[in-house]
Amino acid sequence: MTVTDDREVGAARRRKEDARLITGRTRWTDNLTLPGLLHMAILRSPYASARIVSVDTSAALSRPNVVAAFSGADVADVQGSLPCAWPVTEDIVHPDRPPLAVDMVRHHGEAVAVVVARDRASAMDALEAIEVDYEPLTPVLDLEEALADGAILVHPDKGTNLSYTWVFDSAAAGTGTDVATVDAEVVIERRYVQQRLIPAFMEPRSVIVDPGAGDYTIWSSTQIPHILRVFYALITGVPEHKIRVIAPDVGGGFGGKLHVTPEELITFMAARRIGRPVKYTETRSETMLAGHHGRDMIQDVRLTARRDGTVTGMSVKLIANMGAYLGLVGPGTPILGAFMYNGIYKFAAYRFECNGVFTNTTLTDPYRGAGRPEATYAIERAMDELAVELGLDPIEVRRRNWIKKEEFPFTTVAGLVYDSGDYDAATDKALMLLGYDELRKEQEARRASGDPVQLGIGTSTYTEMCGLAPSRILGALRYAAGGWETASVRVLPTGKVEVVTGVSPHGQGHETAWSQIVADELGVAFDDVEVLHGDTRTSHKGLDTYGSRSLAVGGIALVEACRKVRDKARTVAAHMLECSPDDLEFTGGAFRVRGTPDAAKTVADAAFAVFAAHDLPDGIEPTLDADATFDPETFSFPHGTHLCAVEVDTQTGHVSIRKYVAVDDVGKVINPTIVEGQVHGGVAQGIAQALHEEAVYDESGTLVTGSFVDYTPPTAADLPDIVTDRTETPATTHPLGVKGVGEAGTIASTPAVVNAIVDALRPYGISDVPMPCTPERVWRAIRAVGTETEGGRS
Amino acid sequence: MIPVAFDYQRPTTVDEAVAALAGGGEDAKVLAGGQSLIPVLRLRLSAPSVLVDLGGIEQLRGVREEGDALVIGAMTTHDEVAGSPLVRRFAPLLATMAATIGDRQVRHRGTLGGSLSHADPAADLPAAAAALEARYVLAGPTGRRVVPAAGFALGLFTTALAEDEVLVEVQVPKLEGWGSHYEKFHRVVQAWAIVGVAAMVRREDGAIGSARVTLTNMGPTALRATALEQALAGCAADRAAIEEACAVAAEGTSPIDDLTASAEYRRHLVRVLAGRAVAAAAGV
Repeated sequence: MTVTDDREVGAARRRKEDARLITGRTRWTDNLTLPGLLHMAILRSPYASARIVSVDTSAALSRPNVVAAFSGADVADVQGSLPCAWPVTEDIVHPDRPPLAVDMVRHHGEAVAVVVARDRASAMDALEAIEVDYEPLTPVLDLEEALADGAILVHPDKGTNLSYTWVFDSAAAGTGTDVATVDAEVVIERRYVQQRLIPAFMEPRSVIVDPGAGDYTIWSSTQIPHILRVFYALITGVPEHKIRVIAPDVGGGFGGKLHVTPEELITFMAARRIGRPVKYTETRSETMLAGHHGRDMIQDVRLTARRDGTVTGMSVKLIANMGAYLGLVGPGTPILGAFMYNGIYKFAAYRFECNGVFTNTTLTDPYRGAGRPEATYAIERAMDELAVELGLDPIEVRRRNWIKKEEFPFTTVAGLVYDSGDYDAATDKALMLLGYDELRKEQEARRASGDPVQLGIGTSTYTEMCGLAPSRILGALRYAAGGWETASVRVLPTGKVEVVTGVSPHGQGHETAWSQIVADELGVAFDDVEVLHGDTRTSHKGLDTYGSRSLAVGGIALVEACRKVRDKARTVAAHMLECSPDDLEFTGGAFRVRGTPDAAKTVADAAFAVFAAHDLPDGIEPTLDADATFDPETFSFPHGTHLCAVEVDTQTGHVSIRKYVAVDDVGKVINPTIVEGQVHGGVAQGIAQALHEEAVYDESGTLVTGSFVDYTPPTAADLPDIVTDRTETPATTHPLGVKGVGEAGTIASTPAVVNAIVDALRPYGISDVPMPCTPERVWRAIRAVGTETEGGRS
Repeated sequence: MIPVAFDYQRPTTVDEAVAALAGGGEDAKVLAGGQSLIPVLRLRLSAPSVLVDLGGIEQLRGVREEGDALVIGAMTTHDEVAGSPLVRRFAPLLATMAATIGDRQVRHRGTLGGSLSHADPAADLPAAAAALEARYVLAGPTGRRVVPAAGFALGLFTTALAEDEVLVEVQVPKLEGWGSHYEKFHRVVQAWAIVGVAAMVRREDGAIGSARVTLTNMGPTALRATALEQALAGCAADRAAIEEACAVAAEGTSPIDDLTASAEYRRHLVRVLAGRAVAAAAGV
């Protein structure tokens, strides 16, 4: 096997995509225009729960420039139901989900009727002419109330708000013992709430459907063009080969564009009915209201340990808010976390239970981390609580329990095999970068002097499971699709390389990283590689981008395709050099005869030779092109240690991050700048959950955080400089050694911040502050515990 | 979102603007920097049939001295106010408060006159104008009149500006020998103040001679914390004495309970922040 020289791989290459993305010299879906294009606007329910008595769109039809208007009743027979691709249990309660509501609306913002007009303003103006007679009903909003006897039902015909109960028990699975039987000298029992979040991608969603002459082209700001194509075919009945889906440049997703939306289906119906192309672009208000939300669960956690700090077992019980319907992968999002509550630790017993519950709210689906931030939060908070209970340093209690480097590969109590890792190295590096000891001294001094500004240090030692995913495991979990990925590598006659990839970047920089890989694998220049993606006509197969899978799965497919190309080129090169293929080594970007390095042929030389095909070895096809499809054996397990130092102003409750250190191990690094960018963005979103963001419904089920005035993602001005560093423990389960990074920053950071806040306030008797830890919540937590304590605090 | 269609006028003089407003009737609205109005239009919370854009009226921009006052044109942007050497010298509180508004893009568009006329209870500049005891020059069909800041803000988003009047400029008495400081408490940097306390202090014989304290977002309009101002007159210039005086900082306020903060927390914040603002303004 030839060893590839790393020249491009590992280099901090500026991204190819950025010039056009940053200057906007590209076509986002909303920029696209077609001859005869019409524009659609959607009338949405103002109620969280109501019966639709009647909808009258006739007045809208006589408004200027209006071409069509219709409601759910008009399309009830043809519209079908939006899919859930992950029905996690056999007996899951899975209600229909019509794109346009017909008899009932079940959440604020649900689509009720549409207007199609010659311009967007006319479509929006005409919405007010639609008359809807609603009979408002009382919504059910609280998770525990939804499960109580006699609860108001979101889907009365289903008889329950409980969609599913999914259980994992290490004793039953044979991966550990029974939680009830292990040592419980110390018991940490806590309830945590993962608040509801709203993905805040920069580009609002937009979709254009061109019905052509029965051959449909759809442009959509989506993370999943391939998957969307399949679902369009299944739902609309239009044959799959008559559907082309294109994701043009997409301005961010974070899981928030991993779905099949009512809007995508409604726009399709409109275009099909009218026979002209139709565009729908949402307003930000609609993104907030009707785009799927993230997280939203109650976690009851029970950790048992011995007095020496050894954890013996963990039980987790979740109540997870599905919203009014099941999303594309919504039921499975908490399940993805099921295997991660044990974190990086070894212990003997584990039980996990998740109850998915319906409420009259926007449905939930994945948001960066999808189940793993929730899991990491629970275990990392609990480990800090254990440390305090035992009077141990929080780092020390973790060290006593984590898997040691020499113990890999390690089978966890959740049944996963972690391939590699070095938790000691990452932690030691992070402690050094933070200046841990000095900060602890400062903390002591501030406590002693009764300083109104207290210092806290929070730890998060995490791992995560990404690189979704081994298909057989997905099947075992009842996920409807597989987890393979594909790549096609084509060498053009002039030696340039076209790569077709099945992943769908929406800001990740795949064109750059893929070019770096190909440059080294084939000995071509970085700029001579063109990466094509996102259009099902060009990228004929793929499973798109989410779950930190593109490099860990798609990158391996790419490498395998490149090596097939190189093997073909080797045969041709040997023929051109009149030697045996075994006499050649691939080094310095060319095939060289061993011992006579000047006798060399490049892949480009071989490409022209096969193009002319004048003199090729017998029996070979005149092409170097190759495809590869890779199905991973296992997940990818990046890990790291994040440390956060905060200052808490105990008089106002204001929290500011004094220093944030992230040491992440993502295996072999293709482009360090891209990795750093992913960590920065991930940490920003994790800090956002800890301090800033929460989607709130009032008691009538109205979303009151409907804009960025009330739902406040932090900007760069609100965030600290993030100190990043890495350790590098390659993955052992595939040739590239890479691990996923896209979600790691988010997974790690939320507990690091909250642990820091609680650490600062321990002397006040505080053991938790509910997220987001706004100044008022911090202030109330301090007040709730009482006033007169040492040091004159109040 | 897209606003409901409107007619657009861009006068080049104040008189033309007044005439345009009169001609537009009830449904005419003045457009200054648009930083509050345009979101309102886009969300369709308001649908004026005529927008009268003051952006073309050069005489409404700029800072000048007129005797013992600064005169600032209503269309002067927050960025211009914050950076003006005259404002920084003679009314520094106004410059520091203008510099906290929104973000750079907002400050390059938003205007002093627009902010004062809109009278958002969470806005910073009405509190600045109240502390500085500014006077507003209004122009209408019957001519000009001057209204003191205290009589200008009447209630929630309501001012003494009549429908057919335009705010032309703001007269700010020059002040020397006062220290000033603004404590703006907000969750993210670009956000409105949850609560803000602006303090101006004049020292006298080592103590606080007099103080002016205004509060942002503690009622339907910016408020003078008159009980606190009285408590501070003659107060010793040390933190302990100041904090004790600030126990009454929230007297006479009517903060709301909303998503951002409860009334109880707001009152607490005002007491804490007033202590910090006054101490800083007093140079303690």
